[in-house]
Amino acid sequence: MTATSAIAGLGMTEMGKVYGRTISDFAGEAIALALEDAGLTASDVDGLLVNGNGSVEMVPTLQMSLGLEDLTLMNVMSAFGSTAGTMLQYATAAIEAGQANVVACVYADAPLSEGVSSSQGRYSGGSFMFEGLAGLPFSYGAYAPANTSYALALRRHMHLFGTTHDQLGAIAVGQRRWALMNPRAQMKKPLTLAEYHASRWIIEPLHLLDCCLVSNGGVAVIVTSAERARSLRQPPVYLRGFGQGAPGDRQRAEREPAVHTGAKRSGELALKMAGVKLGEVDVLEIYDCYTYTVLVTLEDYGFCAKGEGGAFVEDGKLGPGGSLPTNTGGGQLSSYYMWGFTPLSEGVIQARGQGGMRQVPKHDLVLVSGNGGTLNYHSTTILSTHAT
Amino acid sequence: MPPEETAITSTTDALPAKPIPVVDEASRPFFDGALQGLLMLRRCCSCGTFMWPVAGIRTPLRPRCVECFSGDLEWAPSSGKGTLYSFAIMHQVYDPAFAAEIPYNISLIELEEGVRMTCTVVDCANDELRIGMPLEVIFEKLSDDIAIPKFKPSA
Repeated sequence: MTATSAIAGLGMTEMGKVYGRTISDFAGEAIALALEDAGLTASDVDGLLVNGNGSVEMVPTLQMSLGLEDLTLMNVMSAFGSTAGTMLQYATAAIEAGQANVVACVYADAPLSEGVSSSQGRYSGGSFMFEGLAGLPFSYGAYAPANTSYALALRRHMHLFGTTHDQLGAIAVGQRRWALMNPRAQMKKPLTLAEYHASRWIIEPLHLLDCCLVSNGGVAVIVTSAERARSLRQPPVYLRGFGQGAPGDRQRAEREPAVHTGAKRSGELALKMAGVKLGEVDVLEIYDCYTYTVLVTLEDYGFCAKGEGGAFVEDGKLGPGGSLPTNTGGGQLSSYYMWGFTPLSEGVIQARGQGGMRQVPKHDLVLVSGNGGTLNYHSTTILSTHAT
Repeated sequence: MPPEETAITSTTDALPAKPIPVVDEASRPFFDGALQGLLMLRRCCSCGTFMWPVAGIRTPLRPRCVECFSGDLEWAPSSGKGTLYSFAIMHQVYDPAFAAEIPYNISLIELEEGVRMTCTVVDCANDELRIGMPLEVIFEKLSDDIAIPKFKPSA
């Protein structure tokens, strides 16, 4: 179908170990940069969708901190790391219905503090002391709930399908090669497979270099109608298809949510809406909180059969020069961790053809994934340089 | 995750205490059961499905049966028997109280009742852990008032 909406602006603050700024300050700068990019001003904004990783500032009062007035669409949204895609979906629905015209979607966070290891920070669970059964896992030393649960999921995949660290390492190495061509990337040095193997265990089977970075910063995009986007400063990045998949997890034996994710359903829905086939996708921006997330998402999208993700990625086809350019900015593993706004921001850059040294020559169709929880919440967005 | 980490240094021999669960009203039957050597689960009064009582680390007691959506649930003991569904070996020190035990396992146990629960396996070296191995529950007393379940390989 013909796209009714488009991303007209992208704003990215400095990201990484950027200290001494509030989360609201990052959010405000990201929106200001996105508006400038689009050729719009704050007075044009009538929609604000806010996404924050459990922070105290990414809340409804952000609107007041930023001084935005007379909005007709305003909400805080979260399906964890899948939220960027769902925000685009709801912004588009509001624009189609005539309920909003210029919607700013923003993510910002500042989990890092100077001189404090991220292992002692907000993402690692050190402060997650709860009464009752909620506190029981900490009695076993099960801190860093994300690292723990993804390690358990990866172990399951390795057990069922023989997935290896050489295969996971190919993902990390390929993304580092992309990152070296991205001026915004936090990781600046080349990475070999041997160095990946030598990186210390965090929680086995996760090496340090299977895990994403932690970053301070903010990213925003401006969504408007396809028609209006054509009159603005940047080439429109049309929003062609959306899909969500939240398969649930009953913690019972009947299903294996660790290896069968919502990427399958969300991908099918987004491709169907866009009217395109998986094989037509030129560039992939896959949510990569861990190397394993990339591998299992590729399987569930159908790029290879379930269980064959390891063999599929091992030849380096995801890296520069490969047949399936994936996470072309270096992703959350090597560049910056902005939840779903990491794959989305690079998807916009690639679709516009503004990737510089790392630009993929054919970039008509870009598939962007988001993933939240322990593979529990998925969103898929199809971006295109063409409205149809 | 950045490459550096906080060095664990200690000027005394005393390690910080490990976290001990704080019993609240909702979890009291679970911890009362543990003191008596019972692994208590939630069971649906309508269809009999067993459930781990909470969905995750920041979630309340489940309000509904996951199978039939009945709101009529009760506490019921597990047989305490299961198999190892998955395991991970913790190497990172997040809490100095666990520094001396690294590397230690965090495991998912699949109970006979079909329930998966996060726990740890004792009396088994890390390199002896095998997915599918039969396990049975034991209880470790952390204080006069608190015991927690752990699992050991079945005899």
